[in-house]
Amino acid sequence: MVKVAIFPPNSLILADLIERKGHEVLTLQKAVRKKVKDPDIDSPPMNLTEEDPIKGLKYAAIEVPSGVRGRMSLIGPLIEEAEAAIIVDNAPFGFGCIGCARTNELSIFYLRKRGVPTLEVKYPNTQDETTDMVNKINTFLDSLPKSNSKDLNQESFVIPGDNKSKVTKNG
Amino acid sequence: MVKIALISCGTEYSGIQKEIEKAATTFGSEIVIPEIDLDYIEEAYAKFGFPAQSSSLKLMIARTMSIIEGKSKADAVFIATCFRCAEGALVRNEVRRFIQKNSRIPVVTYSFTERTKADELFIRMEALTTSVARRSILAREKQEGLTLGVDSGSTTTKVVLMENNKVIGTGWTSTKDIIESVSKASEEAFEGTGYSLDDVDGIGTTGYGRLTIGKNMKAELVQEELSVNAKGAVYLAGHQKGDATVLDIGGMDNKVITVNDGIPDNFTMGGICAGASGRFLDMTARRLDVDITELGPLAMKGDYKKAMLNSYCIVFGIQDLVTTLAAGGSKEDVAAAACHSVSEQVYEQQLQEIDIREPLIQVGGTSLITGLVKAVSETLGGIDVKVPEYSQHIGAVGSALLVSGMGKRQENR
Repeated sequence: MVKVAIFPPNSLILADLIERKGHEVLTLQKAVRKKVKDPDIDSPPMNLTEEDPIKGLKYAAIEVPSGVRGRMSLIGPLIEEAEAAIIVDNAPFGFGCIGCARTNELSIFYLRKRGVPTLEVKYPNTQDETTDMVNKINTFLDSLPKSNSKDLNQESFVIPGDNKSKVTKNG
Repeated sequence: MVKIALISCGTEYSGIQKEIEKAATTFGSEIVIPEIDLDYIEEAYAKFGFPAQSSSLKLMIARTMSIIEGKSKADAVFIATCFRCAEGALVRNEVRRFIQKNSRIPVVTYSFTERTKADELFIRMEALTTSVARRSILAREKQEGLTLGVDSGSTTTKVVLMENNKVIGTGWTSTKDIIESVSKASEEAFEGTGYSLDDVDGIGTTGYGRLTIGKNMKAELVQEELSVNAKGAVYLAGHQKGDATVLDIGGMDNKVITVNDGIPDNFTMGGICAGASGRFLDMTARRLDVDITELGPLAMKGDYKKAMLNSYCIVFGIQDLVTTLAAGGSKEDVAAAACHSVSEQVYEQQLQEIDIREPLIQVGGTSLITGLVKAVSETLGGIDVKVPEYSQHIGAVGSALLVSGMGKRQENR
């Protein structure tokens, strides 16, 4: 079982696919849940305070808008924890979104830079493309180690016969 | 309760949602978020036509559209996007224009950071609530009867006596003890008019000391300076319909207010450095050994390019001017450089944050410094800058105008 980061970071469909394959999904909802459950903070709706965009300075400089840094204070630690990643490009907001194009760009960049096995697929427009996308994701997830993260160095995550989606081990 | 719709790209991610709600409830308003269906977002976004990349900006557009199309109800709108986000700033302004073009709903815009606190938003929320709950006051375009306007500012206190749409007396003094300062300025305003405080129909107060003075004088209107100055400026400039921008470079802080049909819809208040204030011009006048009233005409004769002014700091700025004088530079060039420096700093620190709409109406004591008015016009690419009569008494005139019709003191007697 490995920890898999996803983009969009709050996609329920991706989270479900990953959990079905026995891996741990790193979703935005879990990060938000931790904040919301903190009894010491009273800043509804998500319990983010002035301190969170300041924590986001780790990922983006001070001239970057506070909304980007606030979002990155939640997403950044998830990316740092990731042992694998799945990126779905051009997804509509119903599939999952965090609302800010600049945060999207930065999150994708950090995921690519992370140097872990990463699957990049385009959001499907037809039934066939949907089936194809789910198959690719499942194949990718199957290729990930079940028990420990050492095996991640192996080239076991390449999807055979697939030229469209991008499976990389960046770094 | 006044319902203020929050249209933003995600104030909750900057940790300021609570501050916005606190500011609204302080003035008896409630923040509401327009609820819309997912399908409606694409529909509204396509109708609006702005190709935004961020989905929260698409959501902002859809929420705006839902208010205009009557799918969501709101008495006023507060539009907020992140400071320094270009796409956010573009959508914020276009959404604001769209609401103003298609409805009479008052709008205030704001660009926030994680440091934004409720008290920074108070004046905006008060103005927004006023424009809904007290819209009839802001609709007043003509002063009637005998009214007194008091502007108890941080540096100076101004009092104006108005009768039947005319200013008949003015008073001006530096603010020390605020109640004594108002008494002194009031005496000046009544002088030669044949009237006394007992004759007025109503009293309106504004400025930093408005609450204390309002209570002390039992004023009929106690109002923040945003609404009052904006109203006073368009009234004096004879521009009560359409768009305008009001600029007040004060002794200690500066205000830039955009106005639509006499109602303020956005403003910034600064500044960060005293070098961008009237205080810098005051110090320059002293160094040149001229009265502040002579600084403007002197600057009109000078060329700012001939005087060295490398620093925006009030201390080092004055030092630069002294160096220019020591090197044989003329007083005229130094005066022009000082005016140009203040104008440039106000532009860089404040005017850039705002969508400037012509005409620009310059008010406050510094609007009497002709060299500064010229410098503001030049900095803004040669736009027409209007300086109405009594511009230095703007808050007091606005208060006297707005309280007109509210005061029934003579009838009650």
